[in-house]
Amino acid sequence: MLTIEIDGKAVELPNGSTVMDGANKLGVYVPHFCYHKKLSIAANCRMCLVQVEKAPKPLPACATPATDGMKVWTQSEQARKAQQGVMEFLLINHPLDCPICDQGGECQLQDLAVGYGNSSSRYGEAKRVVFHKEMGPLISAEEMTRCIQCTRCVRFGQEIAGVMELGMIGRGEHSEIVTFVGRTVDSELSGNMIDVCPVGALTSKPFRYSARTWELSRRKSVAPHDSLGSNLVVQVKGERVMRVLPLENEALNECWLSDRDRFSYEALNSDERLDEPMIKRVGADGTPQWQPVDWQTALEFVAGGLKDVVARHGGESLGVLASPTATTEELALVAKLARALGSDNVDFRLRQSDFRGDGQGEGIAWLGMPVAELSSLDRVLVVGSFLRKDQPLLAQRLRTAARKGLAVDVINPVDDDWLMPIAHKAIVQPSAMPSLLAEVLAAVLAAAGKSLPAALSGVTPSDTARAIGASLAGGEKKAILLGNLAEQHPDASQLFALAQALADATGATLGCLTEAANSLGAEIAGARPQAGGLNAQKMLADPRRAYVVLHAEPEFDCANPLAARAALEKADLVVVMSPFRHAEPYADVLLPVAPFTETAGTYINCEGRAQRFNGVVRPHKATRPGWKVLRVLGTLLGLPGFDFETIDDVRAWAVPPQDTITAKLNNRTRVAVAAPVRSANGVERVADVPIYFSDAIVRRAPSLQRTADARPPRARMHPTLLERLGIAEGAQVKVKQGRGEAVLAAVVDAGVPPGVVRVAAAHPSTCHLEGMTGTVTVERA
Amino acid sequence: MSAVPDKITLSADALARIDREIAKYPAGQQQSAVMSALAIAQDEHGWLSTPVMDAVAEKLAMPAVAVYEVATFYTMYNLAPVGRYKLTVCTNLPCALSGGAHAAEHLGKTLGIGFNETTADGRFTLKEGECMGACGDAPVLLVNNKRMCSFMSDAKLDELVAELRASGDAKAG
Repeated sequence: MLTIEIDGKAVELPNGSTVMDGANKLGVYVPHFCYHKKLSIAANCRMCLVQVEKAPKPLPACATPATDGMKVWTQSEQARKAQQGVMEFLLINHPLDCPICDQGGECQLQDLAVGYGNSSSRYGEAKRVVFHKEMGPLISAEEMTRCIQCTRCVRFGQEIAGVMELGMIGRGEHSEIVTFVGRTVDSELSGNMIDVCPVGALTSKPFRYSARTWELSRRKSVAPHDSLGSNLVVQVKGERVMRVLPLENEALNECWLSDRDRFSYEALNSDERLDEPMIKRVGADGTPQWQPVDWQTALEFVAGGLKDVVARHGGESLGVLASPTATTEELALVAKLARALGSDNVDFRLRQSDFRGDGQGEGIAWLGMPVAELSSLDRVLVVGSFLRKDQPLLAQRLRTAARKGLAVDVINPVDDDWLMPIAHKAIVQPSAMPSLLAEVLAAVLAAAGKSLPAALSGVTPSDTARAIGASLAGGEKKAILLGNLAEQHPDASQLFALAQALADATGATLGCLTEAANSLGAEIAGARPQAGGLNAQKMLADPRRAYVVLHAEPEFDCANPLAARAALEKADLVVVMSPFRHAEPYADVLLPVAPFTETAGTYINCEGRAQRFNGVVRPHKATRPGWKVLRVLGTLLGLPGFDFETIDDVRAWAVPPQDTITAKLNNRTRVAVAAPVRSANGVERVADVPIYFSDAIVRRAPSLQRTADARPPRARMHPTLLERLGIAEGAQVKVKQGRGEAVLAAVVDAGVPPGVVRVAAAHPSTCHLEGMTGTVTVERA
Repeated sequence: MSAVPDKITLSADALARIDREIAKYPAGQQQSAVMSALAIAQDEHGWLSTPVMDAVAEKLAMPAVAVYEVATFYTMYNLAPVGRYKLTVCTNLPCALSGGAHAAEHLGKTLGIGFNETTADGRFTLKEGECMGACGDAPVLLVNNKRMCSFMSDAKLDELVAELRASGDAKAG
């Protein structure tokens, strides 16, 4: 520790701190542009010059190491003069166009020019002009003349996003920020570059010129997509969500936001919003007609229909398919409604295909540790995950930790670039993942001189498995993380059991990344079978007479979308509760329920943190919050226990206190490790859920749909497989799975193991394939 | 501008020379060789097209835009095709005061081109250079980045141009 004095106030700092750290600790503001607490020090804007005792010239606070006894003045005449001089230089080339600049009102340069600039310029010569750049659908770089070369965006790419997509070319007066010769910025974290830009050079393309910052009200909310539960500031003008920015929360999203969380709000204002309740009636000509109705009529129709089905076919004839992006309150109410009608067929795990672990767990599967602890791990094994696309900011945490020495090992069926150093990786076809995990377990046990469980007696570890085992055996803080793909794997319960055995053998913490914003909330709400009811898979394989669909789009969200559609089309009554108009082919009633911005609710993230939020705008047209609709429906059906008055009443019943939630989190499973079977013959499918097709909201966000990540899926295959099938790259191929097929362009991908075809799920072009895993046939179209 | 293919592979010889440069730095620090790698690539292809920079980036396992940053920072890298002889005249202040500006003007008049232009026969390109560390020898110029010419009076400039015009198919740079 050392002590320095800033403006006469003493502050204690750890060794290796800078003067800027001291100023931040004291709350003394030193003007700056290039300094950012999460990025490396560049010291190229020179705005933070301060006077230091015995230094002949002013020094940049951000890059000056604090030394014991140092005396610093941030407001002295020397410091002020230096800061004013730097400001004058910065303004030489910066255009004076604040009135027409989109950053006006929230611009650091504008703010600091008020404090440190002159009222008029002494510079009368020509200003430089920098050409605009095309950076893709999210970031606008129309006015690069405004750039002050702080290089925050470049450093963000290098250090946080892990991919250097922007760079500064040229030198001196000719420096400018560019992408590499006309390429776009494709990172899934790119929107943060807009936030870190201190001027109006990089601005948000979807938001540009739609509102001024001072017209917007700022309201807190929680991101509804990935399991991190990023905190949001939703900015609202009138009753319209204008943009979404990160709300700093060091324990979760730090000061970042993924593009999915940032730009998905566009869908909330889309034309596809459902305006009012609608009922399908058979018209005079015998064709079905959609008729808008008032809520009373719609709910009476639903209540009557449900009562009728239950009376004629029994409670078990009802199934509930809920999305894990619904709020805990909605999920608890829909589960209560189903159970009160005599049905335990409620499930939110729509993409899961292995339910053998049900009833074997000792608690609710979770991350196994607080999110922030990921940063202090020194060994991690990630099993079955599209980490960068599924949980972009968890990937960012691991990436930052990897730079500080975290060794990342991966067992995955595809070799995606996670933009971080990977210590060891095993890329095998999905059916070989359990046996690979068993090999790692065998290697760890053999190295420790322990005996293998009987079920694994024949397993001999490969070199890769030994290397992963040795890596996990070392280190102090370690974790094994199961990703979304492991959760959706046809042998998910075995992967879980093996990962648990491996965690026990190595002293690592077992964690599940969990699929969606409220996967844990759905567990707390009891939105899965608890008394022998049918799970999501069985509900569709063994069709029900009536379905209630909450926030989900079964035609995209289910593991077997074809079976889902078939079951729903056959049902007598399908009630769809959604903010969007969809499901017309199979629904009988469409009820407009509020998305996360228009209702109060609670999301429980992967670390078990319950985060409450309120609606930030009034619901769109006749839309109503889902909890209110379900409450009224319960009352109309004459069911007991639906007399909630306010969201607080529902919460008090549905969401237990944080301690109770935390106490229920437990990753222990009683599933025994079994001998791994490698059964698959033929070509296996690996399906990712593309980041911008993961739920109903992002699918309708137009700007995200124009990004590189939203390109239509292609059939990605290893060159040897393409050669074996005699298919040229780029040719159309027909992929058949079950009764369904899809025609896609073939593409060579050396990151896919031989014998595997990677075809993304959740997209209109692939939603006729049966199942996200299993064998498929590929032939020339 | 001549048509550039989408992807270029550097010759085995160039790759071997780049490997020799990489070996000068500690393992894992191969990015340090980016300047020499670009020079080698430029010698082979005449100028640094996008695919050439891509090939260098791939060889050194660094982001393409980082290679581009370096290539645009130094004036001796050609980011557009140049003539067979690239004449770079220093016009920094000490040179300019000692006849550098005049030398550039004289050359331009003789060849009928301005800065960053190439003669119609594709033989000469005239460039404005940065300090070559030989202010005492002003005016100075470089032929194809490698040959340094000092005290370039008008007569010596004419001599040089005549020599290069006559040199026929002698290997450039």
